[in-house]
Amino acid sequence: MSKKTTAIAEKKDAEGVSDATRHRAAPINTQLSAEQKTDLYRTVVRIRRFEERSLRAYLAKKIGGFLHLYIGQEAVAVGCCSLMGKNDHVITAYRDHGHAIAVGMDTKPLMAELYGKITGCSKGKGGSMHYFDPSRNFWGGHGIVGGQIPLGAGLAYGIKYKGLKGAAMAFMGDGAVNQGAVHEAYNLAALWDLPVIFVIENNGYSMGTSQARSSAGDLARRAEGYHMAWGTCDGHDVYEVRSVMNEFLNRAREESKPAVVEIKTYRYRGHSVADPDKTYRDKAEIEEYQRTKDPINVFQSILVAEGVLNDESIGKIDTEARAEADTAADFAEASPFPTVEDIQKDVYWEVDNPQHKTSEGRLFFE
Amino acid sequence: MPVITYREAIRYALAEELERDPNVVVMGEEVAQFNGAYKVTETLLAKFGPKRIVDTPISEAGFIGMGIGASMLGVRPVMELMFWSFYSVAFDQILNNAANVRYMSGGQINCPIVIRGPANGGTNVGATHSLTPENVLANHPGVKVIVPSTPYDAKGLLKSAIRDNDPVFFLENTILYGDKGEVPEAEYLIPLGKADIKRKGTDLTIVTYGRSVIQSLAAAELLEKEHDVSVEVVDLRTIRPLDIDTVLASVARTHRVLIVEEQKPFASVGTQLAYMIQREAFDELDGPIHRLATIDAPAIYSPPVEAEQLPNPQRILKAALGAVA
Repeated sequence: MSKKTTAIAEKKDAEGVSDATRHRAAPINTQLSAEQKTDLYRTVVRIRRFEERSLRAYLAKKIGGFLHLYIGQEAVAVGCCSLMGKNDHVITAYRDHGHAIAVGMDTKPLMAELYGKITGCSKGKGGSMHYFDPSRNFWGGHGIVGGQIPLGAGLAYGIKYKGLKGAAMAFMGDGAVNQGAVHEAYNLAALWDLPVIFVIENNGYSMGTSQARSSAGDLARRAEGYHMAWGTCDGHDVYEVRSVMNEFLNRAREESKPAVVEIKTYRYRGHSVADPDKTYRDKAEIEEYQRTKDPINVFQSILVAEGVLNDESIGKIDTEARAEADTAADFAEASPFPTVEDIQKDVYWEVDNPQHKTSEGRLFFE
Repeated sequence: MPVITYREAIRYALAEELERDPNVVVMGEEVAQFNGAYKVTETLLAKFGPKRIVDTPISEAGFIGMGIGASMLGVRPVMELMFWSFYSVAFDQILNNAANVRYMSGGQINCPIVIRGPANGGTNVGATHSLTPENVLANHPGVKVIVPSTPYDAKGLLKSAIRDNDPVFFLENTILYGDKGEVPEAEYLIPLGKADIKRKGTDLTIVTYGRSVIQSLAAAELLEKEHDVSVEVVDLRTIRPLDIDTVLASVARTHRVLIVEEQKPFASVGTQLAYMIQREAFDELDGPIHRLATIDAPAIYSPPVEAEQLPNPQRILKAALGAVA
């Protein structure tokens, strides 16, 4: 995988310095070691290969339900999650595979979850849309559009209540911005100075409805109505995502201030694999993005130019990522399904911790 | 023993738990500066300050969802809904997020939140403010549902609810807020899922909860005096977990059952009770299980007529006579 990236249309400031150049030169990026940069690149590739492998498994009918692929958007999750400190937290919607891998979850239980196996990260109880790993400050994986955003404000409330210096990133798609719960969360966050960044991953389509057909006005600018800071950035460049998000995250951590950041991105696949993707956009649009802004290619050419990557390391990373995805699929395949007895476990804390049980009576019914 | 109101019992439970655990936060519309729409939280702001007693905007989906998120990080929010009727605008947060997050995460995440507030008819506020959603809530595995009828029960159950690591929904009653009862000064807890026999009797078991307990006790007095019928009144106190064993034991003594609930009849709490009683105590029954519910329509405004739509002593008396006939 060493396709050359064509020139990216770049915005330039008064001195003729492009946004991309400025972001690449940001200390948060220049301070990275070659090894750290390689790790970021590797994570982008690993997400891509994991999802491609999961798509094959889906088409082979190994996976049920929905599968919302993140392919094309990888630089957003990798860029944002790479900035997480000990007291920073993440919550997102149902297109959650990228964030899960970006926060460091092992791909074996992630694939096993898709297969509905007991070895899955949620024991086969959540599925594709409901990945969680609180040990990595990753709070899902939520299925209802916009429903996770008040929870994200709550994570920020928890950080603040406990007197910790941290921030929550609450991710949503461009379709979620029209949900009432999102606006309620905006208001609370601004009213109470909660350290939360509402991250709109704008891939242009809320399912099959384009932004122009679903949202009035600019998405991030709605923050102004709540006197919240806001920003936008391009989401195909890991460095740009890191540079922009770093400023907002630091402000959240240091001053406990919320913000809305709209990250422009694109998904190559349909809304879910059930979406034939034939009615609302044309192939040329997808191909144009792939040709000019593919997150792997963009970061790859940057890192090649920096001398961090070369053809050999690029090939090795790709081979390893494919092997990792295959290993995850093999692990998932070989793992057992939950049993019927498992259905009623993990419903109540109290039932799962019988030594601490205080209530009486029946909790389950026939 | 001190005699206090149902409202004070809830307030004292909140105050004791706020005192005990610094992670407990009371949050809701008008709970702080205004002293509570129904004065339940009166004096708490002065005592615990604005970090622990928090006024929210009118934004139920937002602040309940925020409480759920905070609870995942170990805060223990006690959220007041001014009326449980307003749960409808926070439905996704309450029943998708709070109820499901533990399960969907394979048991990795706890949601120790309490949502409390009144859920009742009888105050002539029309259909939008008179919902009694205990059946809808209890339909969701993962949650616990409490409907206390007395000051003593309200205090002991709310303290247990706040200490519980699962989401607990606590349904109070505006008509009961001024009711008085004996409540000990010493701390006590009442476990969830334990019914209480509020009146002993031999001819008929009335299974009920919430304000209908009070109405049923009044009916039981009339039945005793005027009709020589001895009624046992079983107060469920908690809907989920459900103490069906106490119900079945009572049925085994009286052999006749009337379920009384301030609840629309279709797929109500009583529906579940009737199923379980016939399934588990069929041979103990001397007759069909009877039920008295709210008359099946949206809550009517007209004050004298609303009183007739709900269970009341006369309606219960009539239903009880039918059950023992």
